[in-house]
Amino acid sequence: MQYVPQIAFFIVVAIATYFLYKRVTRIRKNILLGKPSGRVDNKAERWRTMLLVAFGQKKMFKRIIPALLHLLIYVGFLVINLEVLEFVIDGLAGTHRIFAPYLGDFYTVLINIFEFLAVGVLFSCLVFLIRRNVLKVKRFSGNEMKKWPTLDANLILVIEIILMLAILTMNATDMLIQSQDEHYAQTGTFFFSQYLMPLFEGMSVGSLILIERFAWWFHIIGILGFAVYVTYSKHLHIALAFPNTFYSNLRPKGEIDNMPVVTNEVKMMLGMPVENAGDPPAEVGRFGAKDVNDLSWVNIMNAYSCTECGRCTSECPANQTGKKLSPRKIMMDTRDRAEEVGASLAKGGKGLEDGKSLLGDYITQEEINACTSCNACVEACPVNIDPLAIILEMRRYTAMEESGSPASWNSMFQNVETSFSPWKFAPTDRFNWADEMNSDS
Amino acid sequence: MSENLNQVPTMADLMAKGESPEILFWVGCAGSYDDRYKKVTKAFVRILNKVGISFAVLGPEEACTGDPARRAGNEFLFQMQAMANIQVMDGYGVKKIVTACPHCFNTLKNEYPELGGNYEVIHHATFLQQLINEGKVGLEGGGEFKGKKITYHDSCYLGRANNIYEAPREVLAALDADLVEMKRCRTKGLCCGAGGAQMFKDAEPGNKEINIERTEEALETGASIVAAACPFCMTMMRDGVKAKEKEEQVEVLDLAELIAKNEGL
Repeated sequence: MQYVPQIAFFIVVAIATYFLYKRVTRIRKNILLGKPSGRVDNKAERWRTMLLVAFGQKKMFKRIIPALLHLLIYVGFLVINLEVLEFVIDGLAGTHRIFAPYLGDFYTVLINIFEFLAVGVLFSCLVFLIRRNVLKVKRFSGNEMKKWPTLDANLILVIEIILMLAILTMNATDMLIQSQDEHYAQTGTFFFSQYLMPLFEGMSVGSLILIERFAWWFHIIGILGFAVYVTYSKHLHIALAFPNTFYSNLRPKGEIDNMPVVTNEVKMMLGMPVENAGDPPAEVGRFGAKDVNDLSWVNIMNAYSCTECGRCTSECPANQTGKKLSPRKIMMDTRDRAEEVGASLAKGGKGLEDGKSLLGDYITQEEINACTSCNACVEACPVNIDPLAIILEMRRYTAMEESGSPASWNSMFQNVETSFSPWKFAPTDRFNWADEMNSDS
Repeated sequence: MSENLNQVPTMADLMAKGESPEILFWVGCAGSYDDRYKKVTKAFVRILNKVGISFAVLGPEEACTGDPARRAGNEFLFQMQAMANIQVMDGYGVKKIVTACPHCFNTLKNEYPELGGNYEVIHHATFLQQLINEGKVGLEGGGEFKGKKITYHDSCYLGRANNIYEAPREVLAALDADLVEMKRCRTKGLCCGAGGAQMFKDAEPGNKEINIERTEEALETGASIVAAACPFCMTMMRDGVKAKEKEEQVEVLDLAELIAKNEGL
């Protein structure tokens, strides 16, 4: 009988690992629906970007209050997870606070650090809940913030608060048990949870052990459950922020990726030598992007990394002036479509051939036509997501595959082609300004 | 003297004489055809002549860089334009280009190399800053802009696109003017609304024009001059000032015009 908790623990961990593995594999597959990306260059700069932007939270600090609150949760998450190591060893070995006797006073210091961070996390989550639901900070609303995204955001905060309360309850009852049963590992006094002790004063050791064990199990199952939940949630940024910044664009933001397929065709039209001309033509896909598989895998990873904070949308000039475009929606739509395709493929369904597409069924022409390519969204994103890249790929599809650009753009194309200027002026008049210089003065 | 200030050599002229200039001044379509921006072109030419830099323009041989086509999605058209321009420039052995248009600047500098066009490209804001640092223009102080309230509108294609935030401000500082910033500036600068080929179509349905939003912000600073460094920003801000019926009080001027005026050119 004494091994029952250990076996139960093992089974719980195994189940969580199974679901996590399945889900991570699926997300990986969904991301790899995208085309290869050339971003394998300049590893040193990529590591540096990841360290600064993801690990160092550099871009968060453009908005100082959320940055500090978020930092508390971030550091709490990183450090408190060290305690999970003890949880896992205790769970599998059937021990209780296995590090306490070895670390002595330092154990008390460690747990007190965890408690400080736990209270920090609690505080930040509470403020974040207030910002979302009471102060109603504008960027947390918007057309794309429907039921699930809103519920998802609140659920994450509530779950984190409950998990932190479980740690504090566990510590408080543990201290009470220690005072009544010297066989229990002595841990010293914990700074915050000691104030919870009066709540459990006067209970029998048996009840205290029951509460302590419940809090312990609740915390560990909670953490494992949350880890699985995260993979279905916008909260996935806690993992993907790192690869996402690593693979971010290192070129000037104004540069649009070249299309080598087009370069070859243009060179042939102009009678210029084409590299690898003898090779059989590579499989030419679509020009631009109609669906997720036309994007690069980095674009799709961007979408999975998005935590829907809305900084992009709140800085978007089109969105601010009432246009339909919201860069956050572009990212959410891309993720949702990748999920839809992935789920269908997993069931042996039609996948990409389901008659739907990202452009058309999720994102409309009106949205992509509203973009000024000002890069405010790219600049604003704390994890270097690039909504503009997706918008431009869709414009390419629209212009080159469907000739579906707005009529004024088609006229502009025609002017460039025939008059070598976006306006319809005679090319012979291009240099008239020089003659005017002398008559002006 | 005045004739000298107004001379505009072309690459073809110089080549016929067996000369090649230090820099090519890329005028751009707005600088060539837009009545308002032609004034910027002319002001910049006078500055170039005044400081005695050897320059030339392509004149009738210049063609759209292809920027609006690429941003509107027409990659074929962009590349056709780019290839043709590269052939012309390489034919003249162009090494260094200066342009008063951030869109041309971005395309020539960042997007032409992939297509085989490798040049040193600088925007006129940076170029003017260099002239000031070298003591070739400005610095006399006490010019007509001394103490005047000027606000600078960041062009997206200089700022976020290419991280050029300080050069234009240093140019304005040389005027001894009172530089006031808008609420959203530098990395947070609000677009004028014309980028990404929006210049060439009506805005999508919304509740406000972007240039009005930006103009209101510029007017809030109380500046009497809005400094711009881009032909599209220039148009958008001027339209905004007109719509707000402030054209009597507020002028929209390009950096080159400000420097030229300060120099009495």
